[in-house]
Amino acid sequence: MTEATLAYPGHTDPNAFTRAELDWLPWLAPLPAEELTDRHWAGLVDAARAKSPYFMLLARDPDILGARTRTDKDIFYNTAGGLPRAERELAATAASRFNGCIYCASVHARFASHHSKRTEDVDRLLADGVGADLGARWNAIVAASVALSATPVAFGAEHVAALRAAGLDELQIADVIHSAAFFNWANRLMLSLGVPELPAGGG
Amino acid sequence: MTEDVIDRLAGLPAGSPLHAIRAQRPQARDNAQASYLALFQPEHPGDVSLAERNAVAAFVAGLHGEAEIAAFYASGLDDAEIMAAEAVRAATRGPYGRFPAGPLSAEDVEGPLYRASPGVPAKLAAGLEHAHALVFHPRDVGVADLQKLLDAGWSTTGIVTLSQLVSFLSFQIRVVVGLRALAEAA
Repeated sequence: MTEATLAYPGHTDPNAFTRAELDWLPWLAPLPAEELTDRHWAGLVDAARAKSPYFMLLARDPDILGARTRTDKDIFYNTAGGLPRAERELAATAASRFNGCIYCASVHARFASHHSKRTEDVDRLLADGVGADLGARWNAIVAASVALSATPVAFGAEHVAALRAAGLDELQIADVIHSAAFFNWANRLMLSLGVPELPAGGG
Repeated sequence: MTEDVIDRLAGLPAGSPLHAIRAQRPQARDNAQASYLALFQPEHPGDVSLAERNAVAAFVAGLHGEAEIAAFYASGLDDAEIMAAEAVRAATRGPYGRFPAGPLSAEDVEGPLYRASPGVPAKLAAGLEHAHALVFHPRDVGVADLQKLLDAGWSTTGIVTLSQLVSFLSFQIRVVVGLRALAEAA
């Protein structure tokens, strides 16, 4: 019964980048709550994530989910001595915009906007794409994130030089690399295991 | 304790400047390694064999043009040469793909659809085809692609593992290439 895909008749994909809150519908059955063992709870890391269809689908393989979640949290929340949170979220948004993940971009555009207070620049990135002119420092972070997201990876000495010229030190550049790289993980899961949806009455 | 794979692949020995930089983000470093172990030395391999995991990984690294990383995952693999040949045949540039019809359609980029060679066993072939889409054109992936995996013998949980594996490698390879470039630009 779980070996079938899930259908959403009448569903319409959001077809533009947005900072609005979107829902996400899984194409495969999430783990039913009554099947959660201690190992699954450990994989979820935060018990509240048992309410999320996305995390309950990923909880089918709990060991990689737990390690992934802990990787994610340190890359985005551990700002000690390094890149400010706003610019980590900028890197996440740029990677998501470039890869075409409307759901991921919506979440991390909200975070980038909140932490930077540069909502107009974030909206320009969403509307105009990764070529938008956001000032030297943000341009360098966006260009580095895009080069890292290309396949084959196109990140090289010129991106390091531009980030250094924008004032980033080695730890901060490593933070940019990890933030953009992580969204190449997140984007692929979100894009391929389900579909975003505008919440009922929203838009 | 196993050797840290990112340090190994990026060439960051203990005592190097970027080894020290990584030490400032110990949770990220240790859990990137734990992610690698969960996927490639799993306590519960479940529905995806170790050979399938390493074959897909060697193919994915090959698609990125990263020969050294591909060799790392291909070591000990019976079908290493087949995976290398498939990756050469399938390699292109990404990301491409289509957006839901609307204002973003102007940004649609067409690209090739990869189909595995006839000699590749059916379940692995479906896995490679899905991996290729995830690597190069993830925004094209739809529910029909998941149905194809189910039809080829992948379980729902196995599809989650496959998706995590390809997506994790998309992260790991970028950290390796990024840190290597940073070390070389020092």
